[in-house]
Parts: sequence; C-alpha cells; structure tokens
Amino acid sequence: MSWVSACQLDDIEQEGAIRFDHGGRTYAIYRGPDDRVYCTAGLCTHEAIHLADGLVMDFEVECPKHSGAFDYRTGEAIRLPACENLKTYPAEVVDGEVRVALN
Amino acid sequence: MDAIVIVGAGESGTRAAFALRETGYTGMVTLVGVEPHLPYERPPLSKPENGAVTMKILCSSQALLDAGITYLHGVGATALDAGRRTITLSDGRALAYDKLLLATGARPRKLACKGAERALDFRTYDDAKAVLSGVDTSRSVAIIGGGLIGMELAAVLRGKGLDVSVIEAAPKPLGRAVPPHFASRLHSRHIEEGVHFHLGQGVSEIRQNTVLLTDGTSVPADVVIAAIGVQPEIALAETAGLATGNGILTDAFLQTSDPDIFAAGDCAAVEQYGGGHVRFESWRNARAQAETAARNMAGAVEAFAAIPWFWSDQYDLGLQAAGLPQPDHQCVIRALPTGELAFYLADGRLVAAASLGVGNSLAKEIKLSEMLIAASARPDPAVLADPDVNLKALLKNAKAA
Repeated sequence: MSWVSACQLDDIEQEGAIRFDHGGRTYAIYRGPDDRVYCTAGLCTHEAIHLADGLVMDFEVECPKHSGAFDYRTGEAIRLPACENLKTYPAEVVDGEVRVALN
Repeated sequence: MDAIVIVGAGESGTRAAFALRETGYTGMVTLVGVEPHLPYERPPLSKPENGAVTMKILCSSQALLDAGITYLHGVGATALDAGRRTITLSDGRALAYDKLLLATGARPRKLACKGAERALDFRTYDDAKAVLSGVDTSRSVAIIGGGLIGMELAAVLRGKGLDVSVIEAAPKPLGRAVPPHFASRLHSRHIEEGVHFHLGQGVSEIRQNTVLLTDGTSVPADVVIAAIGVQPEIALAETAGLATGNGILTDAFLQTSDPDIFAAGDCAAVEQYGGGHVRFESWRNARAQAETAARNMAGAVEAFAAIPWFWSDQYDLGLQAAGLPQPDHQCVIRALPTGELAFYLADGRLVAAASLGVGNSLAKEIKLSEMLIAASARPDPAVLADPDVNLKALLKNAKAA
C-alpha cells in the first residue's frame, strides 16, 4: 500500500471534511467525532457533486445538492437519492499529518 | 386486489411509486406518464453541463420491473370518474384504482401577445433540446421572464457566447422566489456578464428575429424563450369535480376533497397550518410530498410538514433557500469568504435562511439553518452575524435547551 500525504489533521475541523485532489481524481477526507480520519471518493454517486461541501454530522456526510447521505466510514449509501455506495480508502494520522492510501 | 394508480411520471409521481414499495405496499402500482421517455430529472435541463442537454433518468426499466411498477408512458389521463374510481387514458383504456395519486405537475404559462407561437417553452427534455439546438445556429436570444428558469437559462446561454436579453414585466428580476438581497446580487452579476435587461416591460409582439416591447423597443432575438412561470395541471382533477384553486386542493395529509385521491408535487396546493393553501414548485418538495402521500395512501396518517427548500445555479454561483423569507422578517447577514448567508427571524425565532456563494460552498450552512428552523431555535442575531460562530454548535445548544 502506498501512502500519500494529504494535509494536516488541524486542516480539517472535527466533524468536518475537506476535498483532496490527487492524480487527476478527487477525494473527500473526513475527521470524525472520534478524531479519526476517513477517506472516500470525492463525488456523490448520484450526481457529480463534491461531498466535501456537504454537512458532516456524526459519521454521516450529506450531499450538498440533493441531500443523499453516506456513512463515510464504510461508504454505505444511507439516504436517497443516493443508492450506490461510495468507494473508501484507508486513512491514518501520523505525527499530525493525514495520509491516505489511494490504490 | 388493491391497486394504486399514479398520474404523472415526473419527480413526484415516480418517487411516490417507489416510496409505496419502500413502505411495504404489495398491491398493484401503475405509473402513467404523458412523455415518451423513462422518468427523468428536470433540474439539470436548465443547468446543462458543457452546454449540452443530457437526460438523467430517475430509474431504469429494470428498476421499475424489479419494484413491480407498471409504467405506462406516452399516454395521458383524459378523464377521472371518482365515483367509479376509474381513470380513462388517452389511448382509450380505463384503469380502476383503490387509491389515486395526482402528480400531474405544471405546464408553462403561455404568452398572449401577437406572434406568441414563435416563443419556445422550457419545461421538458424535448423543450430543452429544442432550445439548445435552436441556439446553436443563432447569435441572439431573448428570454421573456426574469424568474429562476429565465435567469438560469440566461447564464447558460451567455456561457455559450450568445447575445442574451431578459425581458421582465416587474421592475426587478427574481422578485417572486428570491430574497431581495440576493436577487439584486444575481441581477448585478448578470449585468457584469453582459446580459441586457428590459425591466418593467411587456411584450407587444414577437416577430421573426425581433421582440417588440410595449415601449416600442426592438430586442434582437433569433430565438425567443418564454419563461413566465407555470400553472398547475388541474384539468383532470376538474373533470372529477375535485376542489381546485391555484392547484389541486389538499389537506395537510395531501388528501384531496375525495378521500381516495391524493395530490403531490407542483400540482398540489396544500392546506397550511394557520390557513390557506400553498403550492411549491421545487425538486425537493416534489419528492417529499410524494413520500408523505405514498405512506398515507398505504394507510399512514402523516401531516406534510417539510420546510421548503430550493437551489439555483447561475454562472459559478449557487443560491439556496430554506423556509420562506418575508419582507417583515428581521434579516441578519453573515459575510463569509465565499459568499453571504442571510437569516430571517420572526419574533426572535429563526424561520428562514438563504445563501449565495461560489458553487455549493454554503450548502452546509443552509442545511444547519434548516435544522435550526426545525428545532424552533431563537438564536441571538449578533451570534448569527458572527462568521466565527459555528452553526453546528448553535444547533447542539438549541437541541440541549
């Protein structure tokens, strides 16, 4: 697994998300209420909308356009109109730095 | 055997068909749509990506089949006999129902001026294709009507390099649905982008390549689009003698004056707590009412109580509004790096919020505002104006209180 440095943990607010673009693709990185980090594909599976603009509450991210929602720990689509799960990627914090494994 | 018939296969009717299955309804479900296509989403039509109309379908034929929904497309419903609980279709067939949902939507208002037939409507996929293929060989376009659809189209067509004029009878564009603060910002943005406005003007005649205004001005227009709003499709309800007004009248449970007939979406004028009937024309309303109507047709007794919400995209700006801002509300503005949020308070209670910012950058603030509205929060206006106060923290306080 090859890890990519994405940002500092402090760049993401708790119960928040940021967009991370890498290798021509876009991802969303979340900091949960448990202070752990998670990474998913960046675009909603319903329409190509950046999820990092959506509201993060607990372990749920809501699409800013159509209110479809996902559990960002597992990528599971939990509210319509989203029905296709999000791809997830390993993420970790090492010395305050957020790293993700994208392949 | 139980049978539910849904007339109208737009966002609302289609959503209702699936929601019936989600709620556990096992009877027959028949969805009747007048358009020839699979059910599709309308919002993307006025926000085409790369200037091309794409059809985003709501569900595949397989999904309809899997859910046991019979989809009759390309047929209208021409008569409704509420006594016999039967509808007649345009191909002569009759369908019996136990419960009926009218999700007939709305149709574009027609211009009454001379040459009105030259103006293109903008409602369906076929309309959108006609407009966008029409402008491909044109230099100028006149949009009659400065509402949300007209202004979204103005942005899209400017993006294609056309000379765009917006003709509006009111003194300002976006007066009906958008709070004045943001309406004027969007108006300014359109002017910066080079859109020509003719405000406070009626149309006296549409000629070949020209729109003639009531003050005598000639507006160049190879293509003319009529975007002067919609009227609810209530003809079928009228054939059955259902109560109608500005829409098919329903109670808070979305039940019409006939207890076996429900209405949802653009066509439904729903009784409000505090009096009157209100009809909303938005994507989310169409879906939310469909879900409530479906559950109630399947036996639930659930009042419809969602907070109205809509969005509009113009250039790189996204507008969102939750609740219904009124001129007598106290308005509090919060300035943020990517745009502005406006909060509306009535007697200290947050009742509405709107935002205008780059893309979806303020969407989560509107969502949190909506949750604050639902929680009957009474936030301090100074706190609302302060960009350093996190709305999520306010929500947690409101819920704890």
